[in-house]
Amino acid sequence: MTVSELTGLLRTSIEEQFSEVWLEGELSNLRAPGSGHVYCTLKDKTSQIRAVLFRSNAVRLRFVLQEGLQVLVRGRLTVYEPRGEYQIVLDTVEPKGVGALQLAFEQLKERLAVEGLFDQERKKSIPAFPRTVGVVTSLTGAAIRDILSVLRRRWPTLHILIAPVQVQGESAGRQIAGALSALNDLGSVDVIIVGRGGGSLEDLWSFNEEIVVRAIAASHVPVVSAVGHEIDVTLADFVADLRAPTPSAAAEAVVPVLAEIVERMRELKVRLGQVMLRHCAFERQRLDAGIRGATDIRLRLQDAAQRTDDVVDRLREIVQQLLTSGRERLHGAQRDLSSLNPILAIKQGLATVPQLSKRLEGQMGVVLAQHRHRIHATLAQLNTLSPLAILGRGYSILQTVPAGQILHRASDVEVGQELEAQLATGRLGCMVTRVCDDSSV
Amino acid sequence: MAAVKFEQAMARLEAIVGELEKSDLPLDESLKIFEEGIRLSKNCLKILEEAEHKVEVLVQDKNGKKRIHAFSPDDAADEPSS
Repeated sequence: MTVSELTGLLRTSIEEQFSEVWLEGELSNLRAPGSGHVYCTLKDKTSQIRAVLFRSNAVRLRFVLQEGLQVLVRGRLTVYEPRGEYQIVLDTVEPKGVGALQLAFEQLKERLAVEGLFDQERKKSIPAFPRTVGVVTSLTGAAIRDILSVLRRRWPTLHILIAPVQVQGESAGRQIAGALSALNDLGSVDVIIVGRGGGSLEDLWSFNEEIVVRAIAASHVPVVSAVGHEIDVTLADFVADLRAPTPSAAAEAVVPVLAEIVERMRELKVRLGQVMLRHCAFERQRLDAGIRGATDIRLRLQDAAQRTDDVVDRLREIVQQLLTSGRERLHGAQRDLSSLNPILAIKQGLATVPQLSKRLEGQMGVVLAQHRHRIHATLAQLNTLSPLAILGRGYSILQTVPAGQILHRASDVEVGQELEAQLATGRLGCMVTRVCDDSSV
Repeated sequence: MAAVKFEQAMARLEAIVGELEKSDLPLDESLKIFEEGIRLSKNCLKILEEAEHKVEVLVQDKNGKKRIHAFSPDDAADEPSS
């Protein structure tokens, strides 16, 4: 027996015996080459088995196969003859614990969140007064009826543009995304409501599809999501600019009540008129007050003018008085001045001079006579005191020769000494013959 | 876009009324914005009254061309139930 023959026998045997197997295990060694087939290993604590998921089945998976994921699979066993390895060919893979859709939802949500598609900063504001509302939903569901009735009730003149789509099934996602982009292309739509009525998770699935989420994110027109009931949350809700719990609520969120707006407009108009009237009345009051003020000023001016006149009058009087008294004082001063005229003094002086000179001359004669007399008396006195006069009375003066010292004491000379005696007339040469010292006498 | 114009007009009108109610504007200024306010309120009411209720359906025909036609209750019946 050849290896091929044995392998062929094993294969037939295994395929017959394990044509449908349910297996539970952990995914590992995941490989997804370009072919689109997925290869992996399923293992538990002690054993492992090779597994393959061919492309046709792989594309039907809603969630992404991940390393370590606990799965429940269905498949058939076969032998891969080139390697002589047995493996399980999978046709169904379900995540264990959660449903496949739930897992897919979580996986896509996480991936898109990382991209920032759900960020609050991305959200556009919903216009307060849309003129045209786009609606992406099915024409047959309860959703469109609810939306149309609420929109019409609140804003009867609203322009509504419906882009009909299937909201469940294979092509629903593509149709919803296409409708969103078509409404954007029109350029006249102010806000878009996208949604459908309630249903199972499966029914609502289109609103979790990546193509729908990305179309909402790409919309330039603000999008309000309205999928199912309040408790249903889809990825479309996460990415929409506003999430409405139901289609009716979405319609309420996008348009105000026209009647209220018209009422508000009218009220604003009335307030505008009132406030302007009030303003005018106020200005009028100010104007009146201004006019009153002007009158007051005129009266005050007249009063002031009168008082000025009074003051001027009084000033004039005072000046007059000052002038009069000044004039009087001037006259008095003139009188005083003329009485002090120097011409008169000069005249008087001129009269006095000859008298004075006469008196002066007389006086001078007397004085001269007195002086003459005194001079004579003094001369006589001088004569009596002159040594010459004494000599005239018989006295003589002895002097040493040749020194000429006048002698006062006999002791001053010696016998035989020559002396000279001066007499009243002429001199005598004398010789001392004797010296008598009479000092004792 | 008309919606934006109306929204702006409305906001401007409210601002004008608010400003006038503060009443610290000189009279000629007040008159100027008062006139603007009256004009705005007329325009706004006109926009509101002129608009005409219209429901249309955007459809794609077989060669991919988009058409808009008026919505009639029959449209709902045409659509295959989903």
